[in-house]
Amino acid sequence: MHRLLGSRHVLGWLQVAPLALVLVVFLVLPIVMIVTVSFWRATEFSIIPAFVWENYEFLFGSSVTYRVFLNTSKYAVITWALTLVIGFTVAYFLAFHVRTLTWQVALFLVCTIPFWTSNIIRMISWIPFLGRNGIANSTLISWGVIDEPVEWLLFSDFAVILAFVHLYTLFMVVPIFNTMMRIDPSLIEAARDAGASGVQILWNVIIPLTKPGIMIGTIFVVTLVMGDFITVRFMSGSQSANVGRLISNDIALLAYPSAAATAVVLLLTVLIVIGILLRFVDIRKEL
Amino acid sequence: MTKLSRRNVLKGGAAFAAGSTLGAPMIWAQNIKDVTLRQFGTGVSNLNEVAQKVKEDLGFTLEMTALDSDSVTQRAATQPNSFDIADIEYWICKKVWPTGNLQAMDTSKIKNYDKIVGIFRDGKLTPESTIAQGTAPHSVGFTSGPDGTDFVDNESGWMTLIPTIYNADTLGIRPDLINRPISNWSELLNPEFKGKASILDISSIGIMDMAMVVESMGEYTYPDKGNMTREEIDLTMAIFTEAKRNGQFRAFWKSFDESVNLMASGEVVIQSMWSPAITAVKSRGIPCVYQPLEEGYRSWGGGIGLSAALTGLERDAAYEYINWYLDGWVGGFLMRQGYYSAVPETSKNFMSENEWGYWFEGKEATDTITSPFGDPLAQAGDVRDGGSFNDRMGAVACWNSVMDENQYMVRKWNEFIAA
Repeated sequence: MHRLLGSRHVLGWLQVAPLALVLVVFLVLPIVMIVTVSFWRATEFSIIPAFVWENYEFLFGSSVTYRVFLNTSKYAVITWALTLVIGFTVAYFLAFHVRTLTWQVALFLVCTIPFWTSNIIRMISWIPFLGRNGIANSTLISWGVIDEPVEWLLFSDFAVILAFVHLYTLFMVVPIFNTMMRIDPSLIEAARDAGASGVQILWNVIIPLTKPGIMIGTIFVVTLVMGDFITVRFMSGSQSANVGRLISNDIALLAYPSAAATAVVLLLTVLIVIGILLRFVDIRKEL
Repeated sequence: MTKLSRRNVLKGGAAFAAGSTLGAPMIWAQNIKDVTLRQFGTGVSNLNEVAQKVKEDLGFTLEMTALDSDSVTQRAATQPNSFDIADIEYWICKKVWPTGNLQAMDTSKIKNYDKIVGIFRDGKLTPESTIAQGTAPHSVGFTSGPDGTDFVDNESGWMTLIPTIYNADTLGIRPDLINRPISNWSELLNPEFKGKASILDISSIGIMDMAMVVESMGEYTYPDKGNMTREEIDLTMAIFTEAKRNGQFRAFWKSFDESVNLMASGEVVIQSMWSPAITAVKSRGIPCVYQPLEEGYRSWGGGIGLSAALTGLERDAAYEYINWYLDGWVGGFLMRQGYYSAVPETSKNFMSENEWGYWFEGKEATDTITSPFGDPLAQAGDVRDGGSFNDRMGAVACWNSVMDENQYMVRKWNEFIAA
């Protein structure tokens, strides 16, 4: 027994066992299950184990799928661009303009305040604000900026993206701030001594060094937006669709195989996107 | 089994006496207290007040779970062991019954069976009425025997669901923001209400509202709105997709609360709506009318079904619960919210004359009408939107339904949402 435990190989296997077990049970098995079910057949109230391609055939044969995937990507790209600009600016301010660590920590905590309430509440609280007779419209009217209430504020793509940006900017701020804090100040000093302007320092020193943070933030935001369904449903007033809503509609109607097939395609899409992103930056090197 | 002692005998006797005065056969009065029945269904009738009253009157515990229509269907079809009593709609029954997850109920054990409204028995409100399109409750209300998984078209003595609650639905409007009479379903797509209309995003019900609108516009007359062909589905969706692209709709709603908020905030002035949602808007002091329309109502009905797994004492308790349900208290409670009870005459005993007159007979209220929760809903002199029971239930144009082409319809519905 002692000899067995003493063997390097056995001990190594035992050490990875707990994590491996958790990953197998909670990650690998569910995904295997989803892939399996995506080949099953469904009638209205029963699911029949089978191996058929009809779910995928229907998915790729329908123009709605392409439109919805396009719409999902549109949300992801726009949200990504906005959260990147805002998140980078906030992180830059925190890391380079705020001088003392105490203030940095304090202001950083301020950024997390919205996270003290739930996602859904933060999202829904936009509705009375943006509505036809909401605060935004009545304020604008009282200032004389507009005569008629602006309709596109709520239940539109604008509202969806606004909510996404509000919900997910922090996921950009945190990793970018984290990498910025690790930039050696002497590098910036050296650049300045060598005669670089502020813009040049930003472009040639800071941005290259914060790339891993940007990439991690990007992965967070893109995966969250691609997988969302509830924000799109509420903020568009159910008038727009993304892939998540397609899946949730299918589930609601007991079409599990079709939902699983859509989920598999979505998973592959997201993995491909992340794969491409990771080709630009080696995150592991930086962590 | 508890040991037989003087005290237990006395307790049992007292419970028996209490039971017989209520008119319910209280068999095994002692054990029944330990029974817990798990009921699930749509929010409509899953009310905590009912569970409390059951505990008081019958002694056993009723656990309620409220879900949306889709989840209810899903659960009834896929998880038969997760419930004892399913409180579902008749169109859901059409989907779920063939799975064999529910058991047929012996009508000879239902005390008030003979008093159940004709709609649920031979399909006719009065002998002269015609049967509306769609999944009419009586067509899926009976099965061939105790183990039947089919539907029969006569009163076979074996019921699939015991009817509990039903109503006639129409469009809700904000009269203060519209300022003119509305009398047709076609007004939903009237460009006058561009950006101020809404329809519900529950495919099986939404398609029926759409069909009412399409017929009212004179675009097409369906042989059976409740069972459309693929071409008819395409045609209906095309009309609504075009309206959606033109910005007719402000939003779609899926839950009761969403419909209330859309209406109360003035985002929407005309939309498909459910009766208690109108009540909820009104109780905020905002005018809202459940507008009767020339083409008639889209009606729905719900009932209680027993899980196939239910046996023995639990099943007896469930039968007692059903008999109690039809005995009037729940009926009165529901009717005072604007629904109808399957056995209206027993509910009358639990309503004041004013309430009965207002809600059922369509008479002018003689005094303030309040909801069971105490909110005032109407003042003296007001008349219920749509009038009496016979006026409203007699003008049903179609029942909520599930079509043969349901899967096709659902896919088209998804396309409509994504369009």
